[in-house]
Amino acid sequence: MKILVCISKAPDTTSRIAFTEGDTQFDSNGVQFIVNPYDEWYALVRALELKEAQGGSVTTITVGEADCDPVIRKSLAIGADDAVRIDANPTDALQVASLIANHASTGGYDLVLCGKETIDHNGSVVGGMLAELMNASFVSLATSLEVQAGVVKATREAAGGMESVEASLPAVVSAAKGMAEQRIPNMRGIMAARSKPLNVVPAEGALHGAAVAKFELPPAKGDCKMISADQPEELVRLLREEAKVL
Amino acid sequence: MKCLAYLPTHNGQATKAGLEAVSYAKKCGADVVALAIGPLNADGGAGSAGASKVLHVAQGLQDEAQIARAVSEAAKAEGATLVVAPHNHVGRAVAPRVAVRLDAGMVPGVTGVLEGNTVKRNVFSGKAMAHVSVDSELKVITTTPNAFGVETGGGEAAVESFSPEVGEASLKVTGFKASSGDGSVPLPEAVRVVSAGRGLKGPEHWSIVEELATTLEATTACSRPVSDMGWRPHHEHVGQTGITIRPDLYIAAGISGAIQHLAGVNQSKVIVAINTDPEAPFFKAADYGIVGDAFEVLPKLTEAIKNLD
Repeated sequence: MKILVCISKAPDTTSRIAFTEGDTQFDSNGVQFIVNPYDEWYALVRALELKEAQGGSVTTITVGEADCDPVIRKSLAIGADDAVRIDANPTDALQVASLIANHASTGGYDLVLCGKETIDHNGSVVGGMLAELMNASFVSLATSLEVQAGVVKATREAAGGMESVEASLPAVVSAAKGMAEQRIPNMRGIMAARSKPLNVVPAEGALHGAAVAKFELPPAKGDCKMISADQPEELVRLLREEAKVL
Repeated sequence: MKCLAYLPTHNGQATKAGLEAVSYAKKCGADVVALAIGPLNADGGAGSAGASKVLHVAQGLQDEAQIARAVSEAAKAEGATLVVAPHNHVGRAVAPRVAVRLDAGMVPGVTGVLEGNTVKRNVFSGKAMAHVSVDSELKVITTTPNAFGVETGGGEAAVESFSPEVGEASLKVTGFKASSGDGSVPLPEAVRVVSAGRGLKGPEHWSIVEELATTLEATTACSRPVSDMGWRPHHEHVGQTGITIRPDLYIAAGISGAIQHLAGVNQSKVIVAINTDPEAPFFKAADYGIVGDAFEVLPKLTEAIKNLD
């Protein structure tokens, strides 16, 4: 089975969020970038498990500029066979999805995996667009994934519980918590990653849908009001009369 | 402006997240036509929330690819320039497909009304907002659950039968397992959430969390270590790598408030932190705090809420 895993870089969770150029650009100064956790922990690791069980290959694909290479190398260190980087600055989900779909259309992939969202833009859009562009089935927010005899079997969140679904290949699956456990790359993986292929290809045929006009930071939070542990009635009163949530 | 709102239903009634999408479109100043698929009682509640008409597809559909075809065809038939769906498990699978089909710019998980070509949404796990502009004439928007509320007071909407060309299904639902306990509201849509962490010392102590949740009509959640240790199911984990929630009230007991946890809950309207450690980082993010033992505070709090008139 040929598996493609979409990998995005994202600022580490503990990063200070700030903006530059009239609040139109993320200030990456001093920011540590990581592999987007949903892409890494769930999508990539599950892809590797499927390959280990059934054979095939795992290729990662990233839309980004050269500053993405460290997170791509980390994906290779975790175990992907090779990587593709489409050389463009990602600004919009449709742009990213269309670039990946254009590339994937010639690759003969059975399965495309992506994280359920990135932790910077939190869009949760690329997977669904990719499925539509590739004319593939789509399982969103999957918490488990098996592929048996050409059929995708997955569980996913639904109203009031969990659904089991079956979908045909080719399929796009977006990965949520539960699909796999995080893997820490070992020294052999890190050494091997240096010589694995990272193919940089030009961006061709991108579509465009939306653009961030401006970022804004939320207003500063007020102080936490402390209530004595033996006065829960006081908390209840404040929740009702002041916060108006009861 | 005409809007086509995708209205997911459950047992013939529109879901709250779906009604929020209808009310949102109304707030944007649109004439709202709702699309409901599968069994429907009267207008399903769409009229009251602001829809003037409901297009009803009698045949239930499970594959979001088919739902997206129905939504796209309805949007075209109605001449809509705005398509709205809830940013929940269904909308996230339907809306991106619709955007591609209709060649429309899409803005997911918005928190503000559409003003001109621009709409606001949260980014960086709630640590910032982005004003996103869409130039295409037709726009696709998904609404963050519990961000807008459901309007009431509209009249009954006219229901029209609608038979779109939906093609073959590429996905089918083969089973369903209800969440433990009741038919409680899914976490991303919950209005109240009671959550607990390692401070509870073991899964056998969760009854005090559940009692408070039941009293508050809240959904239960947990921190990452708790789900990783198997004390609670994965789908209860709220935080950076779990589920993001946005309730009106979030009560966290025995959770220190690591930044990864806060990333999943900091969009809550009111946060209450209960922790034995007065230096717990959660108190910096909370609106109300109690320094105390969850084993003592939670039952007392449950009692105090029961005593409300």
